[in-house]
Amino acid sequence: MTDAGRTGPGGSDSEWDVIVIGGGPSGLSAATRLRALGVPRVAVLEREVEAGGVPRHCGHSPYGLREFGRLMGGRSYAACLVEAAQAAGAEVLTQHTVVSFGPGPDPVLIVTTPSGATLMTARRVVLATGIRETSRAARLLGGDRPLGVMSTGALQAVVYLQRMTPFRRPVVLGTELVSFSALLTCRHAGARPRAMIEPNDGLTARGPARLLPLALGIPLHLGTDIAAIHGATRVEGVTLRDRDGATRTLDCDGAVITGRFTPEAALARMAGWTVDPGTEGPRIDGFGRSLDHPAYFATGNLRRPVETAGWCWGEGQATAAAVAADLERGLPPPDDAVPLTVAGDPLRYVVPQAIHPTAETPDLMPEVAQLRLSRPARGTLIAEQDGRTLWSRRLDSRPERRITVPLRPMIEAVEPGGPMTFRLREAP
Amino acid sequence: MTSNGLYDVAVIGAGVVGCAMARRFTLDGARVLVLERAPDILDGASKGNSGILHTGFDAPPDTLEQACIAAGHQEYLKIRDRLGLPLRTTGAMVVAWTEAEAARLPALMEQAHRNGVTDVRPLDRAEILERAPHINPAFHGGFLVPRESVIDPWAAPTGYLLQAIANGAHVDRNAPVQGGAFDGETWRLDLPGRSVRTRSVINCAGLYGDHVDQLLLGAPGFEIRPRKGQFVVFDKAAARLLPTILLPVPSPTTKGVVVCPTAYGNILVGPTAEEQESRADASVDGATLAMLRETAARLVPALAGQPITATYAGIRPATEEKGYRITPYPDRRYISVGGIRSTGLTAALGIARHVAGLHRACGTDWAPLAAPGWPAAPRLSETDPRDWQDRDNGGIVCHCELVTRREIEAALGGPLPARSLGGLKRRTRATMGRCQGFYCSGALAEITAGHFAAPLADPAEDRHD
Repeated sequence: MTDAGRTGPGGSDSEWDVIVIGGGPSGLSAATRLRALGVPRVAVLEREVEAGGVPRHCGHSPYGLREFGRLMGGRSYAACLVEAAQAAGAEVLTQHTVVSFGPGPDPVLIVTTPSGATLMTARRVVLATGIRETSRAARLLGGDRPLGVMSTGALQAVVYLQRMTPFRRPVVLGTELVSFSALLTCRHAGARPRAMIEPNDGLTARGPARLLPLALGIPLHLGTDIAAIHGATRVEGVTLRDRDGATRTLDCDGAVITGRFTPEAALARMAGWTVDPGTEGPRIDGFGRSLDHPAYFATGNLRRPVETAGWCWGEGQATAAAVAADLERGLPPPDDAVPLTVAGDPLRYVVPQAIHPTAETPDLMPEVAQLRLSRPARGTLIAEQDGRTLWSRRLDSRPERRITVPLRPMIEAVEPGGPMTFRLREAP
Repeated sequence: MTSNGLYDVAVIGAGVVGCAMARRFTLDGARVLVLERAPDILDGASKGNSGILHTGFDAPPDTLEQACIAAGHQEYLKIRDRLGLPLRTTGAMVVAWTEAEAARLPALMEQAHRNGVTDVRPLDRAEILERAPHINPAFHGGFLVPRESVIDPWAAPTGYLLQAIANGAHVDRNAPVQGGAFDGETWRLDLPGRSVRTRSVINCAGLYGDHVDQLLLGAPGFEIRPRKGQFVVFDKAAARLLPTILLPVPSPTTKGVVVCPTAYGNILVGPTAEEQESRADASVDGATLAMLRETAARLVPALAGQPITATYAGIRPATEEKGYRITPYPDRRYISVGGIRSTGLTAALGIARHVAGLHRACGTDWAPLAAPGWPAAPRLSETDPRDWQDRDNGGIVCHCELVTRREIEAALGGPLPARSLGGLKRRTRATMGRCQGFYCSGALAEITAGHFAAPLADPAEDRHD
């Protein structure tokens, strides 16, 4: 491929070889690699005023070791990703919101910009729209609807991007990694969390973050949930409910409803695609290609909640290689894929949701499949097809832990046809 | 206001009925003052309803309520184009889920015909499945109400009030009536720190209607018995699962839970009917919301896996009696308009006409405006052109609902600027989508800074540690 067909600024901005929707780590990574692989016209559509995704307003976590060979903060990391994509020759178009996919086999996107609505076409589309936290409403959390109830993402945007604070004494619901990030964000804004609330009996996150409540002197209430939020205009308090149903109220002026990430799969849902009930993201084959529309690919946290920026960056690289190969010589037909499924409790999902039993394109297949538990469990994890065990290993894990299984032996062992199913034979 | 500070009509309450009332009296030629206790309009009962423009097919026949619904529906159709108000004529199906319910269908259809809704007709199995392909097939029959429609429950009353303002009405918010007196010719209404004078008073105070009667007449003409209704809203991706309104067969005590599309392209399920003491407690509870979600999934099984976008509750100003409680006091130039419950959105324009008629007994010495202005209401319906499609929209701020910066800035300005986040949401739908503010809270905090008495956020005390 050559650069001859490429149109940059000043050229037509509506026809592209690949459009990447979403300018976070996975999308920018994919765009950068697509250009490096010689794909001429690559655009990243970012709906915010600046690209970079979630790391942009995440002040704490260390980023960039794998991608740029040094540790950096979220903002610098986001800026480096954008620079890399632009330096590679991808167009990063900000304030471009994709409204919907047009019908038909060739991708057409309805896009809105400050200049109004427009149509954009591409030979392939990479969805990299990331994740968000589950809202208070989607959790069916009861009570009033006052000001001061927000997710960590919203809090970080208010604090780090606008340098404002929505409250002084909030409670924080959840103990995922992001929940501790919420504690630090509160502290940065001069707010002092009143308490950290966790419905389970233990903290969800692993690692040193667990010590934060102790270090900051923030009371931790385990085995406790928020039953209701109170307040006429602003939050005035929350009702806490213990495991045994006992309730008590806690005065506070805000509530950060953290974690329980879910893929931002609205575009796929609006297009009538079937999302995986376990991941809540689009279903993909081993190339990252949508099982609902073969011209669309999905990468990064849209595939499943929730991985690190570095992991998503890696997925972007792999997806770009598959897309470039698809454009150049074509990938194996979607119909040849063997479905990957989970047998049910306690296995919540497997990603990808299909693989190709062929050695034609081994370099493009993912090294591993990802599984997730819905509860702590241990036993023997088995991959089987038509009653035949293809692979097995011991497993002792928890819902918050990443579980990866090597795909290569399964790709070699699986036969065309019926689904390959993961099952956990639990230890007594 | 006139030079001597005297209004012809003071409308107390800027809910849907007050907004329609202000429009009616303004267009009839009166000098109108609207007094609203809350920081913004539509802050009480009108805040939470199902957004259905009813035909009145199931209203009690030969009642004032039924007449006002019919007149209100008709007037909405007549004026909505000129005010830029949406209409999705989805039709409604009343579906029976048991044999006992099916046995009641003929009587309901007969009642509809008696109410003048003569296009109601029975549906066979195939037609029901065609109109709602994802409906649970375990139904026992149903009938069609072709003209039941979906409208924007906030744009409509906002549009009514904007037309009143454009033609001379004055609106005071944060203006609770705390007392007053009639001197035989004019009223003095006491507000915090000041008073206003008006010749007539129309009490459209909704949930506080009995309080206002008590304050101004010395005795309430009715007793408000607040009835809460909770709702669950499914994501827009669910819209394709149900293109029509699904109504249950009403029981003697309740109209039951509706599953229907909204003007904004969501699917909604609700309301519950919960008697309560509080006029302000619009809280939701998890168990009830879960029950509503399950009800929706029982009627339309494909809704089971659909994400929830929002939950809310509204409080209907029910009274100790079933019907509307509209009482004129001509000797005191006062009309009390109470007990307007769920049908108020549809009936408001009809109620306003009815009340304007009643007011003639007080002596109506004004003449209709010859050429009133018709300002356009905000367009938020999925079925109408939206601002994101136009040039120079300033870019999207709320991505889920595709709300532009220009729309938000317009809502913060103009003749009736938003005074609270709730008011801004109702005018623009910002933060009302699936992420509930995850993405746009930061930008909104910046754009709205200085506009609201209760700001989204304050400047941070920066502490880098």
